[in-house]
Amino acid sequence: MLAFHVNGKTVRVDVDPETPLLWVLRDTLHLTGTKYGCGMALCGACTVHLDGQPVRACSTPLSAVVGKRIETIEGVIRGSGRRVAEAVQAAWQRLDVVQCGYCQPGQIMSAVALLKSNRKPTDADIDAAMTGNLCRCGTYQRIRAAIHEAARGLA
Amino acid sequence: MDLSRTPAISHRPMDISTDTARIENQSRRHFFKGVAGLTLAIYLPHAAAAARGRAVAPKVSAFVPNAFLRIGDDDTVTVIAKHLEMGQGTHTGLATIVAEELDAAWSQVRIEAAPADARRYNNLLWGPMQGTGGSTAMANSWEQLRKAGAAARAMLVAAAARRWQVPTDEITVNVGVIAHTPSRRKAKFGELAAAAARESVPAGLRLKDPREFRLVGKQVLRKDSADKVRGEATFTQDVYLPGMLTAVVAHPPRFGAKVKSFDAVRARAVKGVVDVVAIPSGVAVLAKDTWSAKKGRDALAVDWDETSAFKLGSDAISARYRELAQTPGSVARKEGDAQAALTAAAHVLRASYDFPYLAHAAMEPLNCVVRLSPERCEIWNGEQMHTVDQMKVAELLGLKPEQVTLNMLYAGGSFGRRASKDSDYVLEAVNVARAISGRAPVKLVWMREDDMKAGYYRPAFHHALEAALDPQGRLVGWRHRLVGQSIMAGSPMAGMIKAGIDPSSVEGASNLPYAVPNLLVELHTPTDIGVPVLWWRSVGSTHTAYATETFLDEVAASTGQDPVAYRMALLGRHPRHAGVLRLAADKAGWGTPLAPAARGERRGRGVAVHESFRSFVAQVAEVTVHADGSVRVDRIVCAVDCGIAINPDTIRAQIEGSVGFALSAMLHGAITLKDGVVEQSNFHDYAPIRINEMPRVEVHIVSSAENPTGIGEPGVPPVAPAVANAIAAATGKRLRRLPISPEDLKA
Ligand code: FES
Ligand code: FES
Repeated sequence: MLAFHVNGKTVRVDVDPETPLLWVLRDTLHLTGTKYGCGMALCGACTVHLDGQPVRACSTPLSAVVGKRIETIEGVIRGSGRRVAEAVQAAWQRLDVVQCGYCQPGQIMSAVALLKSNRKPTDADIDAAMTGNLCRCGTYQRIRAAIHEAARGLA
Repeated sequence: MDLSRTPAISHRPMDISTDTARIENQSRRHFFKGVAGLTLAIYLPHAAAAARGRAVAPKVSAFVPNAFLRIGDDDTVTVIAKHLEMGQGTHTGLATIVAEELDAAWSQVRIEAAPADARRYNNLLWGPMQGTGGSTAMANSWEQLRKAGAAARAMLVAAAARRWQVPTDEITVNVGVIAHTPSRRKAKFGELAAAAARESVPAGLRLKDPREFRLVGKQVLRKDSADKVRGEATFTQDVYLPGMLTAVVAHPPRFGAKVKSFDAVRARAVKGVVDVVAIPSGVAVLAKDTWSAKKGRDALAVDWDETSAFKLGSDAISARYRELAQTPGSVARKEGDAQAALTAAAHVLRASYDFPYLAHAAMEPLNCVVRLSPERCEIWNGEQMHTVDQMKVAELLGLKPEQVTLNMLYAGGSFGRRASKDSDYVLEAVNVARAISGRAPVKLVWMREDDMKAGYYRPAFHHALEAALDPQGRLVGWRHRLVGQSIMAGSPMAGMIKAGIDPSSVEGASNLPYAVPNLLVELHTPTDIGVPVLWWRSVGSTHTAYATETFLDEVAASTGQDPVAYRMALLGRHPRHAGVLRLAADKAGWGTPLAPAARGERRGRGVAVHESFRSFVAQVAEVTVHADGSVRVDRIVCAVDCGIAINPDTIRAQIEGSVGFALSAMLHGAITLKDGVVEQSNFHDYAPIRINEMPRVEVHIVSSAENPTGIGEPGVPPVAPAVANAIAAATGKRLRRLPISPEDLKA
């Protein structure tokens, strides 16, 4: 049994420690908001926060999170970055960012991490923080606008 | 269309399985709130008496005037969406149309995906087939859903008139409230739902004059945003059924190969692996979870029978295509005598173009969930071809179509891929479930590598163009030869292939809008290339727009004329093309100087205009070409005419997204084969653009009174030619092969 913390709760799982965190979240814990897109840290669909930092769950083995705090899209709205998450999700909805929506939990997790550490990101800051998150539907222009909008809401 | 005769009005209660309700309830909690007991509480106008006769005692009443909506006594209006929501805002658009004619409040509107039903939910532009594609969702639903909404409104009004004993024409309906002002009476839809169910559908429905629209043409926010930003929207990947196994399949490395034998010892030794089975498309490893299934699949040793496998590489295919282009093909369009014009011309321009195979690479890799029982097959999927898949599954299992239930989920993108002409991945999932005798529900998961390598691509194409100019530089002849595989062959649309012409191969080329007296468009369709091909967002126009619009630009440049003015002069008979072209040029400041380039950089502006799916889009691109040959697209100004704009913001979003999608292909996208084996596997070697490569996109919508036409695809075709023309303006180089190569653009 390996223990770690997800969205404020301690969980114990009986899973091979080499299993990527992504599949533990999805298949074992049924936290399906975290998505699979590539399995190679190329797309960002699986972005979660590990002790507050954004990581790709598909490329983070379970062994690396034992005893650590994980926050997923399901919990980010209640966690330490609650205000930021609220502002980001509200901006996303006001600007109708989503299309298919599959990449969006990962986009939001990256955006929340950015705004937690930088309340007034420039376009260049946004590029740097968000290039790891692919959106095949091409919602990038609105993602950029929504991050600025959320930043205004937090100011 | 006469509403009273449409199959939309059904006498049969809605067939919504309780399983769907359960799954939806789990993750989209607010979805069904208030209208529980979906299958029980159905009043139908014509069936109401019969239902009473059978002494059905509904728990929650709902008014179901037709197959497209349901009004609950809790005042919710549920629109039944017959089309897939794969990102284009389709569900929101369909609901907008119904809510408009119903005069509902947008806040009371809910959306539910329709089941597969060939009688009620056909795509009216496709014939007897339910499906989503070809940017037809709004176009085919416009009349149908306006009438559905108007019929329900009229029945609510009739019920109010009866209850209040007042004439119907004194009753108003406004934002979900039915009122009789003289007597100061008011009711919400929910209060009148049960009574309205007893009214009959009135004859002679009145539809609104567009000037009365309150929702259509306004900013209406998407209904799926909240679920999608919270991670609560259910995609196929998110379905977990009790006892379900996950299957990952080893597909043959070459198309057309079959399993000869396999050794599953190592696969079975992986913890979590439950079974290994051979299926027609490969070998499936079933496990308790995805990771174990993938590990098991990777541990398989499969010996493939490659007797009839396709073994050519991309270069060999291109060489074949170039050779074919030397000879006349089947004629797709002929006006005058292009050959004679070319022979007699003062100047002839020639160019040929090569386009690679392209993967759809939707963000959600392919997947499908199947539960089998002797009498029934249940499927969970984001379906683009509902009834085709339903029929093929029924055929495979020896069931009747109605024994195959499709539970519609959101699709994490598709771009045409889920409209599989062979129902490939759906049948694969069913075959896996069948191979284990249905003893557990199965979720088939294609890993990204499977999604990239196992086929169904935008076909590779070769184009050869020749233009004849007279001594004054006028375009007097145009010959356009295309070579590429047919998508429609072997598809449910194969009947549309006439005289050797698959319309989806030549669309955008055979309907060249420019006035050229001598025009010939010919097509070669090789049938011995074993690479599976499929429609890919904007289909034929993905390559025809590039070939025609860059070549015409070259022709204009060769005469020293302005590219916009040159096009305008040839578009006399195509006012909608001319309209968007003028608008895009105006808004982009065509003719004004560009901001100067930094040292070592070159800047340029280019234009393209194209019609697809009955919509018209022009784009002006501004680019910067760096010394190392890399290209940054700075800005794209778009003008679009898609008839009445149901939701202008969705139109803007679709054009923005189309720019991202098209640029990905133009700058980076290619699926290549080496001896028949696909060389790409994931997003490192098949790279969509990222946020730092996204240009500023501005969208301007032509106001129009024409019926709505497509918007999911028409933004794609003009992007690459506009950018290529801008690159040519900046560098003088004409790029004839996609994706573009920085090598060709070094300073
Ligand atoms: S699935 Fe983890 S980065 Fe793509
Ligand atoms: S919204 Fe579809 S991939 Fe981003």
